[in-house]
Amino acid sequence: MSENIEQTHSVKKHPRYADVSLIRKRFNGTVQQIIEAAGEVTLIVRREGLEELMAFLRAEPSLRFNYLSDIGGVDLGEFASPRFAVAYQLYSLVHNHRLRVKVYLKEEDDAHLPTMFKLWKTANWLEREVYDMFGVKFDNHPDLRRILMPADYDGYPLRKDFPIKGY
Amino acid sequence: MQAREIIVPTSSVSMLRKPDPLGDTEMTVSLGPQHPSTHGVLRLELVLDGETVVKATPDIGYLHTGIEKTMEKEKWQQVVTVTCRMDYLNSMGNDLGFCLAVEKLMGIEVPRRAEDLRVLLTELNRLSSHLVWFGTHAMDLGAMTAFFYAFTEREKILDIFECFSGQRLHQSCIVIGGLRYDVPDNFIQLVRDLLDRFPKFFDEVKRLVTGNKIFQRRTMGVGKISKEDAIDWGLSGPSIRGSSVDWDVRKAEPYSGYDRYDFKVPVYHGCDVWSRYLVRMDEMEESWKICNQALERIKEPGPVLSDHPKLKLPDRELMKQHIDVMIHHFLLASEGFTVPIGEVYQSVESARGEIGFYVVSDGTERPYRVRVRAPSFVNLSALPTMVEGSLLADVVAVIGSIDIVLGDVDR
Repeated sequence: MSENIEQTHSVKKHPRYADVSLIRKRFNGTVQQIIEAAGEVTLIVRREGLEELMAFLRAEPSLRFNYLSDIGGVDLGEFASPRFAVAYQLYSLVHNHRLRVKVYLKEEDDAHLPTMFKLWKTANWLEREVYDMFGVKFDNHPDLRRILMPADYDGYPLRKDFPIKGY
Repeated sequence: MQAREIIVPTSSVSMLRKPDPLGDTEMTVSLGPQHPSTHGVLRLELVLDGETVVKATPDIGYLHTGIEKTMEKEKWQQVVTVTCRMDYLNSMGNDLGFCLAVEKLMGIEVPRRAEDLRVLLTELNRLSSHLVWFGTHAMDLGAMTAFFYAFTEREKILDIFECFSGQRLHQSCIVIGGLRYDVPDNFIQLVRDLLDRFPKFFDEVKRLVTGNKIFQRRTMGVGKISKEDAIDWGLSGPSIRGSSVDWDVRKAEPYSGYDRYDFKVPVYHGCDVWSRYLVRMDEMEESWKICNQALERIKEPGPVLSDHPKLKLPDRELMKQHIDVMIHHFLLASEGFTVPIGEVYQSVESARGEIGFYVVSDGTERPYRVRVRAPSFVNLSALPTMVEGSLLADVVAVIGSIDIVLGDVDR
């Protein structure tokens, strides 16, 4: 898995994904790359400007992403740098379009992100699950505890160096 | 010997009395995990002031089996056997979501007949799932009889699934590229009988519960969540449509040919348990309509699996004649197929709401990562907002109204 995922095939562009030309102009420093593949649009974003970008995506009338569908973590491998990726799936109930915002996190001990709880309350449990499964911390989260695993559990099950059996 | 610090698991502290600054006492009560009204192994830590809930903290994870991790070790075509075990009441919907995601990644089209059959099967599954919800929700509130009616009819639907796939709950018959096999000869007649019988049965159970004054008093104005809060907390499915949000993935982002079907999306504006009840009841009728339409469309025979060489096993006669066809068959059966590098997010409308599959492929024969956006998980996170400030007895009604399946919550 490399940072720049190239798509080997092209599917016709789906109208459901948002027009990102506005973001490209405004967040030139924050957005590292815009990938349009398999009919979906992904923004690769730096952690530093993430909060500001998300607040903009939620408030901007032509985008209006008022619904946070999902936060999913990906472990890119034990020796990979960046090690983790966190993907936010945004949806707009107003305009009926989607967008994926993806952040790469460099080091294992530096794996932390700003919380999105202030923008979408859904982030509360979704971020707790990412923390539980990958050990990615969320700054200023109101209640960052393990959610599925027991509170005194050691280890992060969905990391690639966690064995499937025999732990 | 040095004294060890004893960690007391929170579940054993079921009742704690602590003094309240006002002189009153608040009591912490643990509801569940083994409680029939929690629909599985959900534990709620409730702080009560008298009978009023001051604070509710759901404690989940009792059923966590690491399904997302298991998926990473299965081959693409085998993952379907795991997806249906998450939300076991709506197993076909889960399979469909995963298969659509992989199909999108591979860029393949599914035959028309397979699409119609998928719609028919998932709608029947939605019907059976809603019947379980109807029976248990009514029983939680004291209406015992409805449970038997609902489960008798659900049995009939499960019989149809059994006749089709040999399995009642975990069918795994929706696979990448279409369906595993075509329906048997008596399938259409069985579904026809069921659909013909359904309106009469449905009227009967509706009269039993919907018009019941006690049931109405128990549900009206209970478990309120405003439209803004519902969106903010990410409710989906019937739970959000009970809060006057007109959003159904089947209509908003049609998949599997849902845009070719004529059905309505019921929306109610009460924001309470009663509205969510009415939404599901109306949805069953809409599902019945879709089933009727789909049944007409599957009458002509046709292929049910895409003829993409990665998905369809080669013809047996050709295999006997050509070694390369034989090799292809051997590799496909033993090693599976590869999926192009990339990532997709596909959401479908399950019986509980938006179930989303974020699939990442690294170009091998196994998925690199499958992330499941479970509707029950997100719906449950809004439970404290709905129950705080209400009575303890209403908590049971609210849990029933968001229709969680703990297999889906914990995965």
